[in-house]
Amino acid sequence: MGVTLSSTILRKVAMALSGIFLMVFLLQHFVINITSVFSAAIFNQFSHFMGTNPIVQFLLQPILIFGVIFHFVMGFVLDIQNKRARGTRYAIYKGSANSSWVSRNMLTSGATVLAFLALHFYDFWVPEMNYKYVEVLPEDPTRYYEELVHKFEDVTRVVLYVISFFFLALHLTHGFSSSFQSMGFNNKYTPAVKSFGKLYAIGIPFGFAFIAIFHFLNH
Amino acid sequence: MKLILKIWRQENATAKGSMHTYSLDNVSPDMSFLEMMDVLNEQLMEQGIDPVAFDHDCREGICGSCSMFINGEAHGPDRLITTCQLHMRKFKDGDTIHIEPFRAKPFPVIKDLVVDRTAFDRIQHAGGFVSVNTSGNTQDANAIPIEKADADKAFDAAICIGCGACVATCKNASAMLFVSAKVSQYALLPQGQVEATDRVLNMVKQMDDEGFGNCTNTGACEVECPKGISLENIARMNREYLSANVKG
Repeated sequence: MGVTLSSTILRKVAMALSGIFLMVFLLQHFVINITSVFSAAIFNQFSHFMGTNPIVQFLLQPILIFGVIFHFVMGFVLDIQNKRARGTRYAIYKGSANSSWVSRNMLTSGATVLAFLALHFYDFWVPEMNYKYVEVLPEDPTRYYEELVHKFEDVTRVVLYVISFFFLALHLTHGFSSSFQSMGFNNKYTPAVKSFGKLYAIGIPFGFAFIAIFHFLNH
Repeated sequence: MKLILKIWRQENATAKGSMHTYSLDNVSPDMSFLEMMDVLNEQLMEQGIDPVAFDHDCREGICGSCSMFINGEAHGPDRLITTCQLHMRKFKDGDTIHIEPFRAKPFPVIKDLVVDRTAFDRIQHAGGFVSVNTSGNTQDANAIPIEKADADKAFDAAICIGCGACVATCKNASAMLFVSAKVSQYALLPQGQVEATDRVLNMVKQMDDEGFGNCTNTGACEVECPKGISLENIARMNREYLSANVKG
């Protein structure tokens, strides 16, 4: 079924599924990171587990990277197809009269998050891969907290992260409820899904921003 | 009222079009938008200029013929109306009004504001019907019990007039609201179940073959639709489509 994603509906469902997968990952990422605010030991424990567990490292991590790449590539492909479907552009197009800015600019908010991911990978993922698989240094279960705190000593990085989380919030504001609509879920529970989606879309990025600012101010 | 009209003029399907500016005096606020266009055309003809071609038929919001994109919105700045139901009282003296055709690759311009919307007809032909035995033994539709809620939803979907405002207003030129309305009106009724699988697969395939864009759930189509067709229909079509794919 739909392995070629040849239909508009299957492409839409694929975007929704990858988006939901990434939102679940984001929640898990947040839960682990917020522990760093309360306890360095717990954060180190979680991070050590995630960083050394073979299922996480060699199964979940590749799936996650595939999910991220798929979501972004598909987003750009769909945008090109959609622009082609319009053909000649309108002289005057009043999108604000009938739809929200975030819903019309998912590519802008998504591209900003993509740029942030490049920075985030450079900050944490690349050094981590280098530590474990290139230099093959002995594992120190207590190193993670210090590495995290060290990164957020730099005000420029904190500002860039907070700006990125703002765009992430915008992206999620539309993305959460939109993914349910794409999956065919639109019924009496939809208002509740939308409300929860807004809570998630604001709460998670706000939480991430809080973590960055917290460590900047405390160290 | 005195108005400045900036209108897309295009000689034919292959010619290059552009916006032309016309000035129109003595427009009554009680005129419909199409009556205003009639007055403009009379003025143009008196001046020896080719009148502006535009689609219209019933002029009472039923046929779905009129199709203008007015000041950046399909069917203009009002809600739940077609262009023929738009009145000049929605505008002010001295206003500049931009009038363009519905734009989408599958809706090529034929002339000026007239676009070819036969892509919708082809989608309908692909499955927007129920095959009924008309040999004389046809069962009376009223003899089949249908829940009121389902009947109401099917009717709400069936009132789509196929004007194409959803495509015109969607930033992606997606036709999903139209197709979903046509799928839903049968999917909700027992009469539509026999051909349900083929219907949704064929209609969606035709929609894609025509070159309409992907839906990104902005909801603009629902807002601009003159008949208030709900996004709920798109979700239903997605369910029908996924289920049809599983059934094969």
